[in-house]
Amino acid sequence: MLGFILRKEFRQIFRDKTILAMMFAVPVIQLIIFPLAANFEVKNVNVAFVDYDRSTFSQRLLNKIASSGYFRIVGNTISYQDAQRLIEKNEADIILEIPNGFERNLVREGRQEVNMAMDAINGTKSSIGGGYLMAVLADFNRSLEVNVKNVHSGPSAPAAGIDITYSIWFNPLAEYKYYMVPGILVLLLTMIGGFITALNIVREKEIGTIEQINVTPIKKWEFILGKLIPFWIVGMIVFTVGLIVMYLVYGIFPEGSLATLYLFAAVYLVALLGFGLLISTFSNSQLQAMFVAFFFIMIFILMSGFFTSIDSMPPWARQISNLTPVTHFIAVVRLIVLKGSSLSQVKTELLYLGIFAVLLNGAAILNYRKTS
Amino acid sequence: MKKLFAFIRKEFYHVFRDRRTLLILFGLPVVQIILFGFALNSEVKNISITVLDHAHDNHSEQIINKIRASSYFIFKPAVGAYSDIEEQFKEGNIKCALIFPANFGEDLSRSGKAEVQIIADGADPNTATILINYLNAIIAGYQQSLKSGAAPPYQIIPVVRQLYNETQNGSLNFIPGVIALIFMIVSTALTSVSVVREKELGTMEILLVSPFRPIMVLIAKTVPYLILSLINFIIILILSVFLLKVEIRGSLVLLFAESILFIITCLSLGLLVSNVTNSQQTAMLFSMMGMMLPTLLLTGFLFPLENMPWIFQAISHVIPSRYYFIIIKAVMLKGLGFSYIWKETLILAGMSVFLLAVALKNFKIRLS
Repeated sequence: MLGFILRKEFRQIFRDKTILAMMFAVPVIQLIIFPLAANFEVKNVNVAFVDYDRSTFSQRLLNKIASSGYFRIVGNTISYQDAQRLIEKNEADIILEIPNGFERNLVREGRQEVNMAMDAINGTKSSIGGGYLMAVLADFNRSLEVNVKNVHSGPSAPAAGIDITYSIWFNPLAEYKYYMVPGILVLLLTMIGGFITALNIVREKEIGTIEQINVTPIKKWEFILGKLIPFWIVGMIVFTVGLIVMYLVYGIFPEGSLATLYLFAAVYLVALLGFGLLISTFSNSQLQAMFVAFFFIMIFILMSGFFTSIDSMPPWARQISNLTPVTHFIAVVRLIVLKGSSLSQVKTELLYLGIFAVLLNGAAILNYRKTS
Repeated sequence: MKKLFAFIRKEFYHVFRDRRTLLILFGLPVVQIILFGFALNSEVKNISITVLDHAHDNHSEQIINKIRASSYFIFKPAVGAYSDIEEQFKEGNIKCALIFPANFGEDLSRSGKAEVQIIADGADPNTATILINYLNAIIAGYQQSLKSGAAPPYQIIPVVRQLYNETQNGSLNFIPGVIALIFMIVSTALTSVSVVREKELGTMEILLVSPFRPIMVLIAKTVPYLILSLINFIIILILSVFLLKVEIRGSLVLLFAESILFIITCLSLGLLVSNVTNSQQTAMLFSMMGMMLPTLLLTGFLFPLENMPWIFQAISHVIPSRYYFIIIKAVMLKGLGFSYIWKETLILAGMSVFLLAVALKNFKIRLS
């Protein structure tokens, strides 16, 4: 019985060439485009440098900021009011105001306040840019310390110091692509798998062919399995294509074993397709299925830790995040691809995904009614 | 006029009859506002850390206590050997490790120089850089306190002001984006699908043979979605003000006027999509995949536009939501007046006229 429905499904998949092309072309194109656009690295922070002092020190500070590589100075002879206008027009992100008497006070009293005003509406840019600017200021402080000391008081005793050395493992240059690309691969797999299966059974309902299947002696689980297996195979192929693109375009090859990666992908796909089929059994039209799938997939993606870290979420949100399969699969793909974790190190995640697979498909089987 | 109202009422019935459409229509904005407002934040906290302390002396323990007190970190059980650290990383238990060498305290008090090593998890480069900064600051602070409280000789002290957002309310960053996204869904996707559905079901034929003028058909199709978009806008504004404590600084009239302009742009896009497609599925794919993704990516709402390759920046200029995003930030959050946004308004108006003209020109009053 299962054999027949499988043969029917495969025929349907291969008959519709546009859908088939879309299933493969869309992930490849997006995997190439998305990481180029999705870049959280903050560069080119526009600084309006308001210099009321116009001294050697303030000029040196300006040069230091300009040469740090993160900032673009968008005007430096202006008044604070002019700088504020630049912020309003979105041409500046941060104003650094050097008050009159900056150099004099620094040399005489050893301390001077400067005003930093950031456009806090562009949250990431202003907070990270502000952090950079503070670091530049701190660095300037230190260089000042050495310079001025040498001039005024001669060499002083070596200051007590803790040398902090740091290394960033698994991604020494802290490149963003290593973080984004595996995550995007998971997202694309989720979208393709989720939408296509969500639409599947419901299309049979709309066209009316479901009645013909319902009158056959096919068992409910055979029907669901017959729907699942073809898309599972398609999903695995999409995943493979994605891995190849990841290697060819970004040079990222999984550190860990491919077998482990595929094992997880296999279980995850079963869970995901079960979810799609469950939506399909609940809906009466393709439109409804599309909407419901969009609603949930949107939430899954937002909560998956793809954009923002799960650790910073409040406890209730972390619970929700834990209850979505996407979260676990993204975590595992990052672990295996970037760190080379072995199966025994990530076995709890496999358990989670397995539970999702059983529950979602079980619900889909239960919810599929042969009688209307 | 009466006939028009009858048609508009019919359109409303279509929407309200289907609970799943309502889920997308009103559920999605509410859920997004709640998630973005309370669950998702770009701040980095609760970083799992482990310590490998070979020294176990006064200094190392004081530094550890300082880190413990900072609330950014969550301590995982200390590891005993260097090789355990890698294991912990691979199980995904920690984001960073801090290593004190055997005679850390002794070195520090005798020669005034000691070393400490931080290992960060580069699989998440953003967190890695930020946590290194946190730890640097904490250790530097400890060092400062060692120097018997004396301030360093030269200090430039930055006094930081957060313009427009003194309380550092993170909600401000995403609300404009969520509003633009919802308008795209309601005005573009729902409108395009609703027209195409009539084509698919064959009821379009009935509308076209009625004594109703074709332009009226289009108006009747769009007015309900304009109203629904505005209701959504009001819901989002109410949630933002009362739930997320966002202050609306600019003029509400201007805000609504600009929003209506953007909704009209989205509706024109929706009509255009519905004219060039013949099935609900294609219309859906067109407006969801073809429009939603560029909207998300290229408006500067999730990712800063300046860092993108020039080609994306060039494309972003033809995306309407980019301009609306600028307008709403200026009016709603910065409280600026029309003189700051006339250029963006003009571009949006131009786009609307162009899209509407193309849509009307392609509107076929005969079906096959």
